[in-house]
Amino acid sequence: MARMKFLCDAERCIECNGCVTACKNEHEVPWGVNRRRVVTLNDGVPGEKSISVACMHCSDAPCMAVCPVDCFYKTSEGVVLHDKDLCIGCGYCFYACPFGAPQFPQDGAFGLRGKMDNCTFCAGGPEVDFSAAEFKKYGRNRLAEGKLPACAEMCSTKALLGGDGDVIADIYRNRVLKRGKGSDVWGWGTAYGKPERQPAAKPGAKS
Amino acid sequence: MRQVLALAIAAVLSFAAAGCGEQQAVTVYKQGQYQGKPDKQPWDNDQFKGDKLAWEKAIKARNDIQNETSRGTPTAN
Repeated sequence: MARMKFLCDAERCIECNGCVTACKNEHEVPWGVNRRRVVTLNDGVPGEKSISVACMHCSDAPCMAVCPVDCFYKTSEGVVLHDKDLCIGCGYCFYACPFGAPQFPQDGAFGLRGKMDNCTFCAGGPEVDFSAAEFKKYGRNRLAEGKLPACAEMCSTKALLGGDGDVIADIYRNRVLKRGKGSDVWGWGTAYGKPERQPAAKPGAKS
Repeated sequence: MRQVLALAIAAVLSFAAAGCGEQQAVTVYKQGQYQGKPDKQPWDNDQFKGDKLAWEKAIKARNDIQNETSRGTPTAN
């Protein structure tokens, strides 16, 4: 199986926010944290385009590179996850991410910033699968249930595709051939254009 | 006088020895390497019982559902 990827077809997205709602509901994401959101370009102008944006689980993820406590890891399916027990909420990953995916829950009268939260590709985190701790910190682990992300599976127009990169690329290719337009996939090159991130250098080696 | 000196030496030695029992309070940090808890594979659970092929089959079925042009059409495999 190839690596997991997201693909949003701007020709199909109708800005219904079904993906956003599905994500919020599935993981009981707190108020103020948006793991997924819909962005509309040229809103109100004829020909406007909408795209659903979340963590793209990049091949060479910049968040992994900048994290000062190295709390990120990549699964064998190419899903970028992190350990919330290690995260210090510094926000470096937010500045590095080209998609603005990392979210920081704010709470209290002084807007205290918490640990980073973002899309897990519905793959949970480094806690025991299906445990209460995993759900509380990372949300539901659909991947371990043999399911794909709720946002993509819920999408009514199938604008948002998520899953095996080869399969969703094939689906999209067929669409483009049939309709004869809209071959540009927003964010695809940024997320998956670089080669897969290599394992970390040996201790003592220059980074 | 000797007793006072012996007590003082005993007190100093006890303080010096206390340092020997001190535990390392800082984690060993390896730069550039994931520091968190290890994660299991998605098929290593009660549902799939380590059967990677069964998991891949389930994911493939879900992948194919996203393709509305082939949905409802029986596939070869």
